[in-house]
Amino acid sequence: MSMLRHLLFSAPAVLAGTALVAIAADGGQARGPAPSLTAPATRSKAPGADGFIQRWLLLEPIPANGLTDSVVQAAVQKEYFPNQFSVIAKDGDKVTVGDKELTWHAVETKNYNVNLYHFAYALNRPTSDVLFWAVAIVNCPREVPNVRLAIGSNAASVWWVNGQEVTGIYGDRQTVIDDGVSKRLTLKKGANVVRAAIVNGGGATDFCARFLDAEDKPLTGYTVTLAAATK
Amino acid sequence: MKYVLLATVLSLASLALALEGQFGIHDPSTVVMCEGKYYTYGTGGTSLVSDDGWTWRSGVRPSRSGMAPDLIHIGDRYYMYIARNVGAQPKAEINMIWSKSLDPNSPDYKWEEGGLVASSDGIEDCNAIDPGAFLDPTDGRLWLTYGSYFGYIRLVELDPKTGKRLNPNDQPRDIAINCEASDMMYHDGWYYLLATHGSCCRGSDSGYHIRCGRARKVTGPFLDAMGVDMIEGGGKLLIGAGGRFVGAGHFGLLDLGEGVQKFSMHWEADFDRGGASVLDMRPLLWKDGWPVAGENAKEGVYEIESVRTGTALELGVEGVPVGGRRSGRGGGAGAGRGGQGAPGGRGGMGGGMFGGQGSPIPTQDVAEVSAKWPAGKVDARMSNYMCQAQQKWAITAVPNAGGYPGSPYFKITIAGTDRALAASEDAELAILPAFTGGPEQLWRFDQLADGSWRIMPKAIPNSKTLLALSAVGSSFATLAKFDSASDKQRWLLKTP
Repeated sequence: MSMLRHLLFSAPAVLAGTALVAIAADGGQARGPAPSLTAPATRSKAPGADGFIQRWLLLEPIPANGLTDSVVQAAVQKEYFPNQFSVIAKDGDKVTVGDKELTWHAVETKNYNVNLYHFAYALNRPTSDVLFWAVAIVNCPREVPNVRLAIGSNAASVWWVNGQEVTGIYGDRQTVIDDGVSKRLTLKKGANVVRAAIVNGGGATDFCARFLDAEDKPLTGYTVTLAAATK
Repeated sequence: MKYVLLATVLSLASLALALEGQFGIHDPSTVVMCEGKYYTYGTGGTSLVSDDGWTWRSGVRPSRSGMAPDLIHIGDRYYMYIARNVGAQPKAEINMIWSKSLDPNSPDYKWEEGGLVASSDGIEDCNAIDPGAFLDPTDGRLWLTYGSYFGYIRLVELDPKTGKRLNPNDQPRDIAINCEASDMMYHDGWYYLLATHGSCCRGSDSGYHIRCGRARKVTGPFLDAMGVDMIEGGGKLLIGAGGRFVGAGHFGLLDLGEGVQKFSMHWEADFDRGGASVLDMRPLLWKDGWPVAGENAKEGVYEIESVRTGTALELGVEGVPVGGRRSGRGGGAGAGRGGQGAPGGRGGMGGGMFGGQGSPIPTQDVAEVSAKWPAGKVDARMSNYMCQAQQKWAITAVPNAGGYPGSPYFKITIAGTDRALAASEDAELAILPAFTGGPEQLWRFDQLADGSWRIMPKAIPNSKTLLALSAVGSSFATLAKFDSASDKQRWLLKTP
């Protein structure tokens, strides 16, 4: 357990797998637990029948302004930290963005969506005019062709699967299940990296993501880890 | 004479979306498919054939001709029922011929005489003409309705194995009166009797129009929506005169499967063809248990809105708000509106953040906003409709590109540009910088039972699969197999 995680999760809460306890990462005032998020208590997690990916690594928010297509694209293409499109961080890893040190956090959501407002608020980080990076590792027992990544976000977001940008939604919007959907793609056998950048303007912010199979039904039968599964 | 011909050609060239080719006919039979072609037969031995249901040509006269034949396909046989007068009206008879093919080039094409199936003696209250064959999908029994204005419309049962009268001694049932050109269909637990009311054969003075009643049993009673029995003159209107056509008659169901139904009919007078009687095909819709005549797709500029998501198909470019972007920032999603002042500021236009800009905002000019669009191929996507240029589609018939029952193929372009919606090789959508006429850029519009539209490309590159425009997500459309039970492939064409 990293030192920062130690700060973020009270020991009893981690052991019980219950809600995050919010203590400002910089040692500021605690804000209470993030009601919808817990620390992962198992090595991997399979999606439920509705297929949503509920385990993610989230980076603390980066300042960002604007939600139009071009502004968001410019924001997500800007290099904030080394290897930002390929790094598989671990819980507690830190990156420096500008003059701030930001931390990756492993979270598991109790719901279909990941509430970024809960996440940032609990950390005493800004929730408006920010960009969140999110990463999940989807482990497939076999190659799965003709699937689509289906996402929703508040607000704009851009998504990559195995390094390839597959979908993006823009503008000031609320999270709608299966809002942005990728073209058909193939999930390879083993680890597949799903990466997202979610940009929020003001107010609530969250996202959801799942894969749809060739019949547009939720894809299940895989597991989500936060580091590539070992062979 | 040359001037007359030229004028005629120009007139025909400017016609909007009537059938193409030779489609003059009176009293057409139900349109039936045989080996990939569409066939119909009319009074006087008229025969029309089409490869696609849009462009028609004269066919081969069958071995027996007469008045108002009807045609039905059962098993490996095509049965044709043909009426003729055998004395002064109402003395008439209906005979049957059959063939294993309707294609004169097929070795199976040979009309065989099947004999008499119904008649009227000239005294009884019936005129045995205008047959309409109906195969009951619930039990496989075959029925024939017939009759005209001399008395009753009658019903007799036929043998589906032979097409002949099942029991010639059975007394025909009277099921309607004061109409002709009857036919039946079944839908959702009801039997529908379609019949033509009004006068025929008087060109643009023909009052022909098609009405219907329904019954729980094939034998009736057939009541209209007001409860009036068709045997007492009832009948709910299905289609009458409209546009450049007068005199709708001789309903025939063409069920294309997957919930797509059309019907064939004739117009007594097509104004654009000098008042000639012509074939037409229209979508068949359903509302509250009653058939409704739909419209074939019309050229125009539309918002294409998904029934499933309520979002609109658009060119995947950054939209510009109509009237331009506001300076400063309004309330964001979930940001609330607290502290932003009262609507209208100083009481109306021109004041406060809700007061507008003080003058009318013009419709967005595509030439202005498109200057920033990428020049090449662009993805299609969907978004909330915001009256923006990248969301307005021109639907335009493409000459000489063929069609499908009742309609030509269309191109779908961003209005005011030549950017064309196309099916891509991976069975997704792309918007090409210009329309080049390829089959992947040609689209068919079939109106579905609820009035929405199924939209399909003529072809998908390197694929023989037929797929339809599909809303797989709120902001993304693709091509997918049509599922009549889903809203995913149902689209609304809204006037922007």
